[in-house]
Amino acid sequence: MSILGTRVLRTEDPKFLTTGGVYTEDVADDRLEGACHVFFVRSPLAHARISSIDVSAARQAPGVIGVYTGADLADLAPIPPSAAGLINTEMQQRLLAVDKARFVGEAVAAVVTEHPYQGEDATELVTVDYDPLPAVLGFDPADDSLLFEAAGTNVAGYWGDPSKLDAQLFDGCEVVVKQTIVNQRVAPAPMETRAAAAVWGDDGRLTTWIPNQGAQGTKADMAKLLGIDESLVRVITPDVGGAFGAKFGADPEHAVVAWIARRLGRPARWTETRYENLIAMTHGRAQQHTVTIGGSRDGNVQAYRLEIVQDAGAYPKIGAVLPMLTILMTSGPYDIPKAEAVAKVVVTNTTPIGAYRGAGRPEATAALERAIDLFAAEIGADPADVRRKNLLAPFTEPHRTAFGALYDSGDYVAALDKALTTAGYADLRSQQAQRRASGDVRQLGIGVASYVEITGMGDGEGTPPEENATVEVHPDGTATILTGTSPHGQGHATAWAMIASEELGIPVEKFTLKWGDTDLIPEGGGTGGSRSLQQGGAAVQQAARELLDVARLRAAAELEANAADLVFDKGRSAFNVAGDPDASVPLTQLAENERLLIRTVFSQPGATFPFGTHVAVVEVDTETGKTTLLRVITVDDAGTVLNPLLAEGQRHGGIGQGAAQAFLEEVVYDDAGNPLTASLADYPFVSATEVPSFELASMATPTSYNPLGAKGIGEAGSIGSTPAVQNAVVDAVAHLGVRHIDLPVTSRRVWQALQAVQPGSEQ
Amino acid sequence: MIPAQFDYVAAESASHALGLLAEHGDEAKLLAGGHSLLPMMKLRLAQPKVLIDIGGLAELAGISVDGDDLVVGATTRHADLAASDLVRHEVPLLAHAASQVGDPQIRHRGTIGGSLSHADPAADLPMALVALGGSVELQGPDGSRSIGADDFFTGFFETAMRPDELLTAVRVPRQPGVPWGYQKFVRRANDWAIVGVAAVDGRIALANMGPTPLRATAAEKALAGGASPAQAAQHAADGTSPGEDIHADREYRRHLAKVLTRRALEHQAG
Ligand SMILES: Cc1cc2nc3c(=O)[nH]c(=O)nc-3n(C[C@H](O)[C@H](O)[C@H](O)COP(=O)(O)OP(=O)(O)OC[C@H]3O[C@@H](n4cnc5c(N)ncnc54)[C@H](O)[C@@H]3O)c2cc1C
Repeated sequence: MSILGTRVLRTEDPKFLTTGGVYTEDVADDRLEGACHVFFVRSPLAHARISSIDVSAARQAPGVIGVYTGADLADLAPIPPSAAGLINTEMQQRLLAVDKARFVGEAVAAVVTEHPYQGEDATELVTVDYDPLPAVLGFDPADDSLLFEAAGTNVAGYWGDPSKLDAQLFDGCEVVVKQTIVNQRVAPAPMETRAAAAVWGDDGRLTTWIPNQGAQGTKADMAKLLGIDESLVRVITPDVGGAFGAKFGADPEHAVVAWIARRLGRPARWTETRYENLIAMTHGRAQQHTVTIGGSRDGNVQAYRLEIVQDAGAYPKIGAVLPMLTILMTSGPYDIPKAEAVAKVVVTNTTPIGAYRGAGRPEATAALERAIDLFAAEIGADPADVRRKNLLAPFTEPHRTAFGALYDSGDYVAALDKALTTAGYADLRSQQAQRRASGDVRQLGIGVASYVEITGMGDGEGTPPEENATVEVHPDGTATILTGTSPHGQGHATAWAMIASEELGIPVEKFTLKWGDTDLIPEGGGTGGSRSLQQGGAAVQQAARELLDVARLRAAAELEANAADLVFDKGRSAFNVAGDPDASVPLTQLAENERLLIRTVFSQPGATFPFGTHVAVVEVDTETGKTTLLRVITVDDAGTVLNPLLAEGQRHGGIGQGAAQAFLEEVVYDDAGNPLTASLADYPFVSATEVPSFELASMATPTSYNPLGAKGIGEAGSIGSTPAVQNAVVDAVAHLGVRHIDLPVTSRRVWQALQAVQPGSEQ
Repeated sequence: MIPAQFDYVAAESASHALGLLAEHGDEAKLLAGGHSLLPMMKLRLAQPKVLIDIGGLAELAGISVDGDDLVVGATTRHADLAASDLVRHEVPLLAHAASQVGDPQIRHRGTIGGSLSHADPAADLPMALVALGGSVELQGPDGSRSIGADDFFTGFFETAMRPDELLTAVRVPRQPGVPWGYQKFVRRANDWAIVGVAAVDGRIALANMGPTPLRATAAEKALAGGASPAQAAQHAADGTSPGEDIHADREYRRHLAKVLTRRALEHQAG
């Protein structure tokens, strides 16, 4: 029986459940002996000119080795914005703020001490003279206070041309609905905060330990930030305690720690506090959508427009690029004859925006799925029926959308119907009708969201996404796999071993997986965009197969037989002469004479497009506005499933995070740009008590783009669940006249929405 | 997130703790469960020079009956209060309030004395004490005294306790079988109340509706005058001017107080 598709328990877990992981802060490497500790002085103001920094008192504090400001780092070039062609190139960031601070939490100086506890004491002695400036906030910032004077505007750039929108787009539509929707700013809040350890060798090379999502990309970023050749950087990835997109590449702080280690000729370490993590690690989402949807009274959607404003935060990083992905997925799983999308990117005095689980695609789905519900409500149709009517018909040959996405395979109606059947949709609707009729204080809401998303994207048009793997069989019967992916909870050690075991007949527990050391594995795409199994896993399978090809030739020589007459006996992990099982040589023996090792690169024709439907059932207390999430039922079709246990784990985490965005999580600033959610007491990180057990239905439409048939599953959960829950809450109070409630649909917002439609309804 | 430097002394007895308090004056802080004080120190909102740990003092812990009262020692953990058969029988509202604090880890560290001394208007036990009409026993250099709940909480995170005093025990009237109601409105199970209401025996207390836990006196009066729970609850927010934060503005809090009071008076627990 094949091991593929079975629920193999995670081989990673015994360590994490007993001795625990070894995170960057725990790394006890000889080279880090005697390390000094870095602590950052951060701006307490959202927008201020820095007129002077006095570090003299801090220099005298106990244990202080050095205090550095932006002026000391003058040799390091400013960081250019992402997508420099489209985004204003004046919007550059210094590694430590020079002249101006642009968000609360921006690093202004770095204090270096002997002991980690001395840093925070000494930072209090650094005196920074700030001249406060008006904080620039929101999706429509005026240009009377500029983040970057040289840019002359707070608009960082555009994706598409707003002046070219089609004035006739909605001509012929019987019904047109328009709504402005906020897809709020959220914090990735990984359990492990950011950290770094850095040491320079006598050879002038940097070795740095950084929690990241791809050591190779982090190496490239570090080389760029430090202005040195990539060959001078070695990145090592310890265990990583959650990333969610926010640990891609390297941040200014990582480079400053390396710079300090070089300057002092001494290893340096840094671990940020939870407070710093919530204000200085990139945030996610932060888009405003104006959706316009038009169609016929009988439910055909004929036109759709999505106008996006992306708040990129203080510096245009990945956040400035997210709208590109949102636009790419504008029309989602639907067959909409006319659709268009544009985006404006603005800078504000807030934490910069980066990638966050789904990165651009959840935003597209949230906008579209609200629009479909608004349209359905307007024509008085069941939102599930409207979806069924407008979903693309099943296809097995790639389908090109108006936005240039090439969907590989899909059966969207089947996913919708399966989710509705699993949920017992008709029955839920009749329960809802009863509660409505009886005027129950606790109303039932049912929300549906269908989605298609993009996973495993390459670097752009024309470069096929690829990943490398190395497989080696050792004489003692163990085997090693090297991968360019970067697991941080996904279970690659288990999954990659299953794939190689299936080919080589070596038991899963005999495999060791290595990743995340750029000297050992110089190339790799890391883990993000739900790419790992479809490319990294496929590369492992390809490497194992190529290894067998090599082994077959060696076995033929060994057995003095014709290679074509050999059969591979998986049960014994050996080559036999066909018909003569006694003439046999195991892989282990072949590895004795000469290393049995293959490195290969798997390349995929393009990105893959997982899809599905989520159904959420909520109870809304109409007196208090409180939402209780009763059920979440999902169909997430990510192609062939390698290990259902791992796939379900990804779905669970994603659904939890997505649901949390719907009714709990939001990064909030006051009018002066002060963060009000800078602790986990204020930032309502979701916990198990706020979500029900999820009901996961399975569906698997293989892709032809890789031999595993796999698409990505890492982000799907967070893409479908947010609009499903939001739609459910609106649905619960729709009969009372509520049309829309913004994210997160908090108790207060629900109550306010009810007040607006039935003023004076005080109990 | 790293506290400023401090010295730590584990008190050997209540009188040792009082002696240390007298010795160090303003520089010292008592440490019980640490679940309010340590977060404040990590945010550097509190920077005591000396911590006097009373958390391990057995003489200050324990639950007993004294005549018409139930007496709870100051270092009794929330979890012990919640699980005590005696408390659940004699003063079920108090056991329930303790069970609503934070999460299991917090309930196993936090103490009733710490919670009352900290005097967070959003907290569970201060509201419970006010609803129950209980009192606290204080010991200072000049002996001991007792203060009723209504006089103990004097302001935002402020009590009538002097800095050289130690809260030793909490006293609440026994009321087995008396119906009670408790409503805590939260975002997440382990959060503080956005608004809380505790009602028992004609008394109604509100959490997070002002700088201290409050009595809903207008509603109590209406109730005493024969009003129905729904009618009385209409007055629950009378005279209050609750604060505003990311969870709720004034209007919403006042609305919640009324809804939750009605539900509490209908004796719906939780
Ligand atoms: C994440 C989190 C969630 C929480 N959620 C809730 C909640 O939902 N509801 C709620 O009510 N509380 C909540 N709390 C607070 C918790 O109940 C605390 O345990 C309690 O408020 C303080 O008790 P403590 O024993 O930990 O006091 P400590 O933190 O040790 O002390 C608090 C203060 O009281 C003083 N003090 C302590 N004991 C005495 C004494 N015997 N005499 C005089 N002064 C004394 C200390 O000097 C200090 O100033 C939460 C705490 C956390 C960390």
